[in-house]
Amino acid sequence: MSDNRVSRRSVLATGAAGVGAALAGCSGGGGGGSSESDTIKIGVLEDQSGNFSLVGTPKWRASKLAIEEINDNGGIMGKQIELFDPDPQSDNQRYQQLTERLIQQEEVDALWAGYSSATREAIRPIIDREDQLYFYTTQYEGGVADKNVYCMGPTARQQLGSVVPYMIENFGTDIYTIAADYNFGQLSADWVKVIAQENGASVNNEEFIPLSNQNFGSTISNIQDADPDFVMAILVGNNHSSFWNQRTSAGLDIPMGTSTVMAQGYQHKRLEAPALKDVYGGFNYMEEIPTDRNEDYVSRYYDRWPDAGYANEESVNNYFSIYMYKNAVEEAGTTDQEAVKEVLNSGMEITGDKSPEGDISLQGPVHHMTHNMRVMKCDADHNITVEDERMIPEQFLSETVGIDLSGKDSELEKQFTPTEYYDAAGE
Amino acid sequence: MTSGFGATGMLTPLIIGDVLGTLDSVGVPIPQLLQMADNIAFIALAAIGLTIIFGMMGVINLAHGEFIMMGAYITTLSVNVASIPLPIAMLLGALGTAIFGAIVERTIVRRLYGRLLDSMIVTFGLGLILTQGTRIIFGNSLQSIGTPFGQVPGYTYSGYRVLLLFAAIGVLGAVYLVFTRTEFGVQARATIQDPETAQAMGVDTDRMYTITFAIGSGLAGLTGALYAPSATIVPGMGQSFLVESFVTVVTGGSSVLLGTALAGGILGTINAIFSNLYGNFIGQIALLITAIIVIRLLPDGLTGLANTVRDKLGERQ
Repeated sequence: MSDNRVSRRSVLATGAAGVGAALAGCSGGGGGGSSESDTIKIGVLEDQSGNFSLVGTPKWRASKLAIEEINDNGGIMGKQIELFDPDPQSDNQRYQQLTERLIQQEEVDALWAGYSSATREAIRPIIDREDQLYFYTTQYEGGVADKNVYCMGPTARQQLGSVVPYMIENFGTDIYTIAADYNFGQLSADWVKVIAQENGASVNNEEFIPLSNQNFGSTISNIQDADPDFVMAILVGNNHSSFWNQRTSAGLDIPMGTSTVMAQGYQHKRLEAPALKDVYGGFNYMEEIPTDRNEDYVSRYYDRWPDAGYANEESVNNYFSIYMYKNAVEEAGTTDQEAVKEVLNSGMEITGDKSPEGDISLQGPVHHMTHNMRVMKCDADHNITVEDERMIPEQFLSETVGIDLSGKDSELEKQFTPTEYYDAAGE
Repeated sequence: MTSGFGATGMLTPLIIGDVLGTLDSVGVPIPQLLQMADNIAFIALAAIGLTIIFGMMGVINLAHGEFIMMGAYITTLSVNVASIPLPIAMLLGALGTAIFGAIVERTIVRRLYGRLLDSMIVTFGLGLILTQGTRIIFGNSLQSIGTPFGQVPGYTYSGYRVLLLFAAIGVLGAVYLVFTRTEFGVQARATIQDPETAQAMGVDTDRMYTITFAIGSGLAGLTGALYAPSATIVPGMGQSFLVESFVTVVTGGSSVLLGTALAGGILGTINAIFSNLYGNFIGQIALLITAIIVIRLLPDGLTGLANTVRDKLGERQ
């Protein structure tokens, strides 16, 4: 069976070389092999322990919620979903092992995996070697153009593109950026510069903060000395959460924008008010969005998981993308991965109660989502309000680079960075 | 805000404000001074429990960070769940961790004296169990308690973080007194230096080991308790104390308490200066480079140097 499968894959891989239109027909027969099994196999690798478990567990919960809802309503094309969800424990090596296992032994039809970009990049070579349909759902730095990877979260440009212009309009043009010192933080800081320049503002100070750092005394006094109009705080992880308590007790009351805090690790629920007073975030989702559709989703989520701490931004991306996969399979009429990808590449709409943030769509040619982006404000009592709302498409790959994964770039497996395309970035 | 420090507590920052105002008027760079106080306090407090467990007893306790985490958890839970006033909650944090330390010494560490590498592996495992056990029982994070005192009057700096310097000095002083001026201290040091002779002199060495280890654990717990209002309370929080603590104890050298004070002072100052000028990342690098230089030039650590200086001065007289 597994031999069969491997040969089918390698056939598909060489199919491009044209050896086998006929053999590709065979793979339809091979697809018959998977239609023999009366379940659809979905792999979900999300961290339920280790460093990322705070933000990974909600993703796992929302995935399970979506799958249980689908199964209760008759499954996908009458087939029940079989879930494979071992705990990768926030460990990239374990991710690699489990990815291999889910693809080769369990033969999953679609895979959701990983919180951090480091994890995604650790498993992407395996994904591409096996041509595995893969959904990455965390908000991330952007730029991944890979024939097998569908990025469901908003990119840094989408998140920052919603909050930075808002901050410039309301507070001024002098920006101070503090960002986590790794790939995501540095690329996000580059995007702040690009977006600032597009809006007539400038980043005049920048500090990159190691992920292990939890003492922010010098950062806070340096910000106070520079006295910017606002701060962009792209802080990541548990250690960086200490910044907010320290900032507030130090009396630093300059407004702060962010693309990471609150929506992922729900700091506004975990830290005592007013630690996050006057923090503005650009997100596609927070559980406080005051729409009927979202309130209905949130009550379903907590009915299923009464102990859950929060329904975070990423968890909802898992939720809607599993429904999107269902729609794509039903449209393709098969779980054959190439056929499903073809449907996805033609674009999808996710509407109604399947998408708690509002109606959104998949930009097929670049494998990214057009998201309903909101600027969310946290007040002194840690209440969240929506300050601004607009649809923001993925623009970097689609407009700046000009990628078409459904056509000319159908073999691409690459990540593009803004430094190659903008002078303001990477200075 | 978190209650419990009362009127005297609120007065302290005001007095500091006056002192700082005076200093500022004669041209002392106050923000750097505050940063220095903060960093020295952090480094000294991170190391204080380890000073005893690693420095005196020779157990490489890789669960040191988890002991700190335990202190922070007990403190935070006492405030959040039982509404106990913060200062008492902090004492509970230290006490609870000390009791836990005593149990660990009786059951595990007892078998590991003089086995450096073994103690490393066992305590590393203990740390993993504590982190993941905490995660399973209490979830991924606790609701934090706010930082008391607000800002240093007139400066954008957390008053609480600066006051921790006084806590650090107080704790170091108290430990020094306990181990040099009390009968228990003398017996404990005798036990660790030469258990057989101590036993022959009628010292209950078993008890001494347990109590000393419990004190070290309790001090680690106290550090966690003191930082609980200013940190994010998560199972892995102890990790961020680990590097500083070991670097400080090793840099400090043989005379552990003096060493911690000296190393905390020097490393904290350098870290503060470089963080202020070039950011946290460079601050951290400067701290580690200083430690490397000190260990390279002074194999016996800073106290080795202090002893040499003292001996030389003695000769001259």
